[in-house]
Amino acid sequence: MSWDYFLNHSPALIIVIPLLAAFATPLIGRFSRKAMYIWITASLALTEIFSIILLYGVHTGGTMVYVMGANPYNLSVPPDSGGIPVRIILTVDSFGAFMAFTASTVALAGGIYSIACEHSQTGQEKYYALLLLMLVGMLGMVLTGDLFNFFVFLEINSLASAALVSYRIDKGVAVEAAFKYAIISSIGALAFLFGVGILYGEYDALNMAMIAQRMKFTDLDKIVMALFTVTLAMKAGAIPMHYWVPDGYGKAPGGISAMLVTASQASLYGVFRVSFTVFGLSANTLTLGWFLIILGVLSMFVGVTMALIQHDIKRLMAYHAISQTGYMLLGVGVGLATLGTAAFNQYGLAAMEGGIFHIINHAMYKGLLFLTAGAVIYRVGTSDLNKMGGLAHGMKYTTIFFMIGALSIAGIPPFNGFASKLLIYESVYQFNPLLSIIAMIVSILTLASFVKVFHSAFMGPKIYDVKEVPKSMLIGMCILTFFIILFGLFPNIAMTYLVGPAAKALANPLEYIARVLGGGA
Amino acid sequence: MLLNLPFITVVIIMALGLYAMLFKRNLIKIVIGLSLIESGVNLFLVSLGYRNGGIAPIYTNAPSTNMVLPTPQALTLTSIVIGVATTAMLLSFCMVIYRHYGTLDSRKVRRLRE
Amino acid sequence: MSWWNTFTTPSGFWNPLVWVLIFLILVLLSYLIWKRGESSYKKGGMQTDPFLSGYGPESKEALHVRAGNIYWGFASALKNYYSLLRKIHTGIVNDYVGWYIGILAMMLFIYFLWGGF
Repeated sequence: MSWDYFLNHSPALIIVIPLLAAFATPLIGRFSRKAMYIWITASLALTEIFSIILLYGVHTGGTMVYVMGANPYNLSVPPDSGGIPVRIILTVDSFGAFMAFTASTVALAGGIYSIACEHSQTGQEKYYALLLLMLVGMLGMVLTGDLFNFFVFLEINSLASAALVSYRIDKGVAVEAAFKYAIISSIGALAFLFGVGILYGEYDALNMAMIAQRMKFTDLDKIVMALFTVTLAMKAGAIPMHYWVPDGYGKAPGGISAMLVTASQASLYGVFRVSFTVFGLSANTLTLGWFLIILGVLSMFVGVTMALIQHDIKRLMAYHAISQTGYMLLGVGVGLATLGTAAFNQYGLAAMEGGIFHIINHAMYKGLLFLTAGAVIYRVGTSDLNKMGGLAHGMKYTTIFFMIGALSIAGIPPFNGFASKLLIYESVYQFNPLLSIIAMIVSILTLASFVKVFHSAFMGPKIYDVKEVPKSMLIGMCILTFFIILFGLFPNIAMTYLVGPAAKALANPLEYIARVLGGGA
Repeated sequence: MLLNLPFITVVIIMALGLYAMLFKRNLIKIVIGLSLIESGVNLFLVSLGYRNGGIAPIYTNAPSTNMVLPTPQALTLTSIVIGVATTAMLLSFCMVIYRHYGTLDSRKVRRLRE
Repeated sequence: MSWWNTFTTPSGFWNPLVWVLIFLILVLLSYLIWKRGESSYKKGGMQTDPFLSGYGPESKEALHVRAGNIYWGFASALKNYYSLLRKIHTGIVNDYVGWYIGILAMMLFIYFLWGGF
């Protein structure tokens, strides 16, 4: 059990720990509720520690290859297999480790927050088991190197989050939202499986690196590319397939809305992985890049204009989640469109860095905003902004956290939203000035709608006599605020350790393929 | 032509499932449509592995070594299990929706809209 | 690159610590200017009551502008756009699936039959 053991086996341990904890949770919950809370916090904290170990591992050793069930853990091509990688291979490059860090941080904050938010509900052991399973789904999606394994974890993610969205079945509206979410994510996942089947029939391989090496980009591959990108963009919440997002995020319990954000970002990771690594070497990246750019611009604009007229606090924030996903699609789409040309080194790589930096920034500040909205609903009892007012008199800490989150999402310095938006604005401007101007207008409208929420919920005379929320909810919000302020004041920490290696790893499919097929040294 | 028959059946089943999901109003019929699309994809996966004249992929006392591929069979088993879990969850959602809304018409189950 | 250095973008740079320093200096300056102000202000009285063209305010709760009314000017200026968007967001499950299949069909056409540029 040395340090080397933990470092080498960390891709498998980070998936196995929450999985076993999820199945043990209902058992522990039957005996004592306090023991269950301690068990949940310990397993989420252990997952976070392992994600930091994983980040350290890919930072020092390059892409990590872990083969499930092989004797030296990285024997991806056994000597008697004829050059074909066998078994399920987990390929962790910098981008995957970055996404795993984001997912486990938000899950830690959401889990600690849920301890107080769901304190008086029944069926809590099932809630926490499903929360850990949702984390397993997210981590599996971003760490695997095998397309069918990606599908399995995608389905685990969708089913666990649909069941969690419908947690409050005493109000029937949440079940309607969960039904819509489950239907559309199931049909998306089936279309994805159809694409995996076509690729298997053509190339007799399920491993992403093997398919990328054997890819000849026939007409069937074009069908598969359309299936994959549209399905994963739908799961990430891009317009015009976004209808499930306000329903699902709006009716989920408090901590789950924050985790649904990272669940959608895991699907966004899927879009980028499929576009850059599986199809990047042979596809026409200009068309695919422009598809992502158009989706991004539509998502930004329609998302924020629909958000301005909402009067339900969580639905408004869900529309903003769609709008910010547009920023990520725009940034990485510009990077994809210029891949292989000379312009990539000038501004394409910077656009990709902006988009990827925006992923972790968005998870932090959107998670914080959903947690504050959950705190408001917990005290007031309704989520309708027309009935709220004057909450800052009683809930001082929640107001401060909301202000930090709202300033961050609007891109106001010195918080972290400004750093990633600056990168996206500058590099997209060199690609096409009109896109950058639309992005800036969307940023102004984002600030406008959060001023609306702040005024109507927190400012004004005291209508409700509320106390501050319980301490564990504040601890959850503190964890996310710490990262917002850290990445805002010291953006170089994020760039050198998290975002820079991730963008380089994503833009370099040859190194990914060589790592897996070369025996995983 | 005869070898293409499974794939033509897949297309027909998936088209019927899509028709049910897009144009039927009862929530349970939408779930049936989803189940049809699942069956179509599973049939597609299994029929990918067929080799002409192949036998079951078991090595013990095998009469010949011309076997069908076993990997798609494993993929299909996983997919069937996921489908069972999804259908069970969706049908229990339909039950709770009926208890709260009194109807299963998808045009009336729309309290969440703009 | 150390953690306190500036963050370089393709055509510029950004240093948040310098920004925070300048911000604190500006806050200090504005505090000094505020201290030289009028010191004979008494809280309460009629100085801080809102003036509503001669009518007295009914109650403090009624003065609070609710969320549905805040951006009515913006919403009524873009009335055509919003009526189109509201009509699209029906809330029916079949339409959700329909949009997904529609975009999938469009992308299949663009990739497979047209081939892209």
